[in-house]
Amino acid sequence: MTTIPIENIRNFSIVAHIDHGKSTLADRLIQLTGGLSAREMTEQVLDSMDIEKERGITIKAQTVRLNYKAHDGKTYILNLMDTPGHVDFAYEVSRSLAACEGSLLVVDASQGVEAQTLANVYHALDASHEIVTVLNKVDLPAAEPERVKQQIEDVIGLDASEAVPISAKTGLNIEAVLEAIVTRLPSPKGDVSAPLKALLVDSWYDAYLGVIVLVRIIDGQIKKGMKVKMMGTDATYEVERCGVFTPKMVNMDVLTPGEVGFITASIKEVADTRVGDTITEDKKPCAQMLAGFKPVQPVVFCGLFPVDAADFEDLRAAMGRLRLNDASFSFEMESSAALGFGFRCGFLGLLHLEIVQERLSREFDLNLIATAPSVVYDIKMRNGDLVHLHNPADMPDPMHIEEINEPWIRATILTPDEYLGSVIKLCQDRRGEQIDLSYVGSRAKVIYDLPLNEVVFDFYDRLKSVSKGYASFDYVIREYRPGDLVKLSMLVNAEPVDALSMLVHRTRAESRGRTMCEKLKDLIPPHMFVIPVQAAIGGKIIARETVRAMRKDVTAKCYGGDVSRKRKLLDKQKEGKKRMRQFGKVEIPQEAFIAALKMDN
Amino acid sequence: MLGKLKPVEPTYDAGFGVYVHWPFCQAKCPYCDFNSHVRHVKVNQQLYIDAFQREMKHMAELAPNRVVNTIFLGGGTPSLMDPATVAAVLDGIAGNWQVAPDVEVTLEANPTSVEAERFKGYRLAGVNRISMGIQALNNTDLKALGRTHSVDEAMQAVATAASIFDRYSFDLIYARPNQTVESWSAELHMAIERAAEHLSLYQLTIEDETPFKKLYTAGKLILPDEETSRQLYDITQEICEKHNLPSYEISNYARKGSECRHNMVYWRYGEYAGVGPGAHGRLVTQKGRAAFAIEKNPEKWLEYVAQDGHGIVEEEQLSLEAQGDEFLLMGLRLVEGIDPKRFTALSGRRLDDERITDLVNERLVEITSEGRIRVTLTGFPVLDAVVADLAA
Ligand SMILES: Nc1nc2c(ncn2[C@@H]2O[C@H](COP(=O)(O)OP(=O)(O)OP(=O)(O)O)[C@@H](O)[C@H]2O)c(=O)[nH]1
Ligand SMILES: C[S@@+](CC[C@H](N)C(=O)[O-])C[C@H]1O[C@@H](n2cnc3c(N)ncnc32)[C@H](O)[C@@H]1O
Ligand code: SF4
Ligand SMILES: [Mg+2]
Repeated sequence: MTTIPIENIRNFSIVAHIDHGKSTLADRLIQLTGGLSAREMTEQVLDSMDIEKERGITIKAQTVRLNYKAHDGKTYILNLMDTPGHVDFAYEVSRSLAACEGSLLVVDASQGVEAQTLANVYHALDASHEIVTVLNKVDLPAAEPERVKQQIEDVIGLDASEAVPISAKTGLNIEAVLEAIVTRLPSPKGDVSAPLKALLVDSWYDAYLGVIVLVRIIDGQIKKGMKVKMMGTDATYEVERCGVFTPKMVNMDVLTPGEVGFITASIKEVADTRVGDTITEDKKPCAQMLAGFKPVQPVVFCGLFPVDAADFEDLRAAMGRLRLNDASFSFEMESSAALGFGFRCGFLGLLHLEIVQERLSREFDLNLIATAPSVVYDIKMRNGDLVHLHNPADMPDPMHIEEINEPWIRATILTPDEYLGSVIKLCQDRRGEQIDLSYVGSRAKVIYDLPLNEVVFDFYDRLKSVSKGYASFDYVIREYRPGDLVKLSMLVNAEPVDALSMLVHRTRAESRGRTMCEKLKDLIPPHMFVIPVQAAIGGKIIARETVRAMRKDVTAKCYGGDVSRKRKLLDKQKEGKKRMRQFGKVEIPQEAFIAALKMDN
Repeated sequence: MLGKLKPVEPTYDAGFGVYVHWPFCQAKCPYCDFNSHVRHVKVNQQLYIDAFQREMKHMAELAPNRVVNTIFLGGGTPSLMDPATVAAVLDGIAGNWQVAPDVEVTLEANPTSVEAERFKGYRLAGVNRISMGIQALNNTDLKALGRTHSVDEAMQAVATAASIFDRYSFDLIYARPNQTVESWSAELHMAIERAAEHLSLYQLTIEDETPFKKLYTAGKLILPDEETSRQLYDITQEICEKHNLPSYEISNYARKGSECRHNMVYWRYGEYAGVGPGAHGRLVTQKGRAAFAIEKNPEKWLEYVAQDGHGIVEEEQLSLEAQGDEFLLMGLRLVEGIDPKRFTALSGRRLDDERITDLVNERLVEITSEGRIRVTLTGFPVLDAVVADLAA
């Protein structure tokens, strides 16, 4: 590849609410610029993990370098970063934004502006990005590009007069998007003769090449054989190869200012690299480090246990391997009376939890039980001890507890005025304290302090539903505050199910207990006998439901002497029964654990 | 406990049966997943006779010196066999094993007029019991089930069978779409009037890869709900019991002493040789109890037999666990239940006492005065769960 002047480089992130078509647009851009041949192309080609393909969502941001010959006759290098739309993976978006000068904002022309549209635009503006807006899915009969344009102006306050109407699916107007990128987004700036200064955007593990580091060159250049230093961790490495993704991996001799590409340098573990770190040349370091990123903090915790205790070591190995590629997931060993040995794991949110769990069971063929998601509580004991409680099951006897402290967040919620009432009600119901209410253009901005424990289960879902998807939500963890919390236990067939116990505020215990009972009643399949489901605080039952008994499960047709087929079915059932032993006589399906907690009241 | 396995625990001898599978039918019924094939050219029965005989010889080498207590010609539609074919098959059996003087020889028949005409010939060939697939006693449902016979034709066939055989039985499928407790009870009463000593009453099962499964998945075939299906089962027990045809197995009803002895061999987990396309067998050889499955495709089977003298495509030495499971799956279908000591002899472990106690407390299972464990009338409708519970 010949070197191209920095003026001809454009770096941009594609941002949008979930499912508005970012990855599909990326497909079209790759296709039109010839990055992949028709034969190599698949749908959402950048979503390379199985789980991404299956769920049709992006989890991991991806970078591609495209060559585009524009109408002005010049050839441009476009570095495209496709980002995830789901809020659990918002940190992926902020990293990508930091590596670019512009954003391509995709808005679904039938759905209009949604929560993550707003959140992402504000992040892009914070990163001083120029924004090119495209209205996607205009091929749909329900598309209303004009209305959505108006909405973008009213709700976000962005000039939408030049928004490009496109269909990423049919390929309509994609060329216009490329022209808009070239003419409306700025080129990066940088000094090729200055000492090397590069941003460590991302890193992941590749079975063949080891750790691959995604970098954005700010100043100077990076070359094969160069000894580089990670300024934050103070480690030095020799660059083995550098190059770009087209999206295929292509080696290059050198990466220069404005370019986005990869390096490999015999780095053993992803944990050795710190996303947001500054990479410089060891013998000629740059004067100042880049600002870096806020570290990602797991906010939701849950226990993961092998169904079969013999799988514990396999689970440990699987978690280690998964973490190689997903540093945002953390785990430490724990043991539970009912579930034996397992791990307490930290996640970025419920979707992240679900995905990790699914990858563990699928990629590593492990059968798992997940316990109720929870946050970390600080418990002051009467004897002066301080206990960090990650797991409600370990809650000490209330008699010995002086005080329980729980994490609170400060949430910023932007919502169209018409939903303000419902949003406020939701926050009040979740023990929120209003801090501020103001208007940004036509949108209301409410700031609330909320206990994180009220947020981890289903707050996003509720917020989305009460605001028809228009409210956006962002938060920071603030402090620990004392709270009147009690342990709510769930009893199935009179036996406590550790994995379902949780700490709740006393005033909310009864209604939560009732909803849990109702939920479990529907989630536990009928057994041969009637199953009582109860919620209790201490020894006191506060809610009760029953799972009716199964009435019939056989048709008992004739199989002649072919009992092999029935035996295979029995093998499956037996597996379920093995797991069931852990809850006395009742088989609680794994899905029930997460589903029971994803409830609304 | 886990010592060497003896060939058939002598005290538990549940008999030896030979099953012969005839894999052809006039038309394929949309609910059926049995190994049945429709051929538009006439089947050359001589080829099959030869192959049956060769395969039987092979089975007799695997399980020599047995005394055959029961023979079952099943299908498919064995009533499409010429009586001469049946005679040759029975001769083949007699040539390879010793046959008990009171051997039961059942042939499965479809109740069309053409087939009923052959009943006499079957009798002469040595068949002494006939089992007819009648399935329904109203023409609309027969049509919906894809059957090629009418109620009248079926009743005619029953009359013919009654005039020729001492022992006959027929099958009905119930819990059909739209069936109510009232309509089924009327139909069952009518069936009992025509029945002699034995009835098989199966609830409709939607099997994978059948046209019924497609309809069912598409929501175009609606089965009675769980509660109705339970009531249908309960009323079936009640009516049959009242008419002196008590259930002796989850789906089979007979006067005392008139049970199908061949099926009892399966359910008591005896030994049986399976011959013909798609047949299954369980034989106890030097190495222990083994499961055999035969190639299902008729033409391929002919080829295999010509080449190797048998069409066995699967042979599995059953583990102790598998034997225990099969014993429970089969034995708990029977009203007489199982002997837990035999379970231990087969599987090398004891049934979990705590689980038995739980099941007894739920009245799903009871322990007889001889110490047998049997499923109760309340337990039968949830038999799958009971078996899984005991097997786990
Ligand atoms: N009709 C129509 N459908 C589209 C268009 N663009 C995308 N889609 C569909 O919208 C769905 C979501 O598209 P994606 O490209 O995966 O959306 P995304 O924004 O990358 O989603 P996340 O990465 O999960 O945030 C897919 O089913 C696409 O086929 C379009 O222009 N027209
Ligand atoms: C081996 S089959 C078929 C015998 C014979 N060809 C006939 O159709 O009459 C024996 C019996 O199983 C029953 N059967 C077959 N398929 C069934 C299904 N899907 N559900 C319930 N019973 C079924 C029928 O009552 C049938 O008579
Ligand atoms: S039900 Fe009987 S007749 Fe119908 S296809 Fe099956 S075996 Fe043949
Ligand atoms: Mg995507």
